[in-house]
Amino acid sequence: MGVWVSFFAVIALVVIPLVGAQGAGQYLFGIVIPYLAVLTFVIGFIYRVVQWAKTPVPFKIPTTGGQMKSFSWIEPNPIDNPSSTGGVIVRMALEVFAFRSLFRNTRIELRDGPKLDYGSNKWLWVAALAFHYAFLVVFIRHFRLFMEPVPFFVGALESVDGFVEVGLPRLMISGVVLLLAALYLFLRRVAVPQLRYISLAADYFPLFLIIGLATSGILMRYFIRVDITSVKELVIGLVSFHPTIPKGIGVIFYIHLFLLSILIAYFPFSKLMHAGGVFFSPTRNMPNDNRARRHINPWNYPVKVHTYAEYEDEFREKMIEVGLSVEKE
Amino acid sequence: MYNKGLVITGIVIFVVFFTSPFLIGLVKSGPPPEPELTPKAKLAKQCVEAKEYMVESHMQMLNDWRNQAVREGKRIYVATDGKEYTVSLQNTCMDCHSNKSKFCDQCHNYAEVNPYCWECHIAPKEKL
Repeated sequence: MGVWVSFFAVIALVVIPLVGAQGAGQYLFGIVIPYLAVLTFVIGFIYRVVQWAKTPVPFKIPTTGGQMKSFSWIEPNPIDNPSSTGGVIVRMALEVFAFRSLFRNTRIELRDGPKLDYGSNKWLWVAALAFHYAFLVVFIRHFRLFMEPVPFFVGALESVDGFVEVGLPRLMISGVVLLLAALYLFLRRVAVPQLRYISLAADYFPLFLIIGLATSGILMRYFIRVDITSVKELVIGLVSFHPTIPKGIGVIFYIHLFLLSILIAYFPFSKLMHAGGVFFSPTRNMPNDNRARRHINPWNYPVKVHTYAEYEDEFREKMIEVGLSVEKE
Repeated sequence: MYNKGLVITGIVIFVVFFTSPFLIGLVKSGPPPEPELTPKAKLAKQCVEAKEYMVESHMQMLNDWRNQAVREGKRIYVATDGKEYTVSLQNTCMDCHSNKSKFCDQCHNYAEVNPYCWECHIAPKEKL
């Protein structure tokens, strides 16, 4: 169900600018919506991060994927079970840059008879890594349109990305990898029954949106071409707060821009916030020093207690009267 | 808010990174390029194909031309209006557009396009 809802939602998002980005509608799709989307993205992102930062962590719950630091003669694993801030930083960096917890992904299968088999399963890790890094490269390459003059690293990255020199404009490897990886991430959700069962519209929608975004970008670069100089003029107008709509940009550009606007406006309210959320994962960002340092629950308030000594003071006479033993006579 | 210092540093990095085009755009932003036509090109009025097509897709045409000429030996291009052109970057294109730095490079530099035409071809000498 979620698949079709998301699929048709994205189709609708393609049709809206296809119909609307004509004449005065170009101001809406080329200026108003992109500005609103960027605002929503930045403010929403900060809002979510601040909400997380305000949430107390009652317990220290680091994952303990290695030997904890204990006796001097037991070798600890300082990265998988860090006991210091330095170790946490290394673990966090590995998580953010190399998706270490996906690398540990395992699959359980019931094979021949009543025996469970556990096996390493790296496909999700490979696809996620390919997807995220390809997206990063595509994002950085787009800075040729965001900045004038173009920063030096953009040209360098482009010449590496396009080194196969297929066709003109040169085929960019990152675009192909991005689309294929996103398609894989989608297919695994529909092909694996267990994954299909836990997948919701909120899982499919961002995937379709990104697939649509990449497809429109690839179409625009290689097939339904637009005048790139006018496109840059529009983008530079946006970033320098002198928005203009140059004439004659094809509607495929407005579709691409609208899908991007929806993606970044949707970002703070969706699972995509794992980009900020990974830094707030208590299992990742805490050192495992439970036994060395006491973690105080931040929402602990002073509890009014009534000690036994006070109790006895209050009821001493009555206790003596009925013959109960007391500590102080 | 817990870990205030760290969280605020993170937020600042996020904001600066994602709004950097806007921050830089506020300070400076170059004007759009104005490719110049040579007198000869102006006289001709029409390029090989219509202007819109040339603006958007000249690179694909050049790629096709290269493949035709180098791999198939076909050196005549028949345009949509029936005119025939010699398939040659240096002798046909650059004959009119002999001002590479004021024509080709204008948009290419603006959009950070680095065509590899000039790895094999020699750009015509320009009268400055």
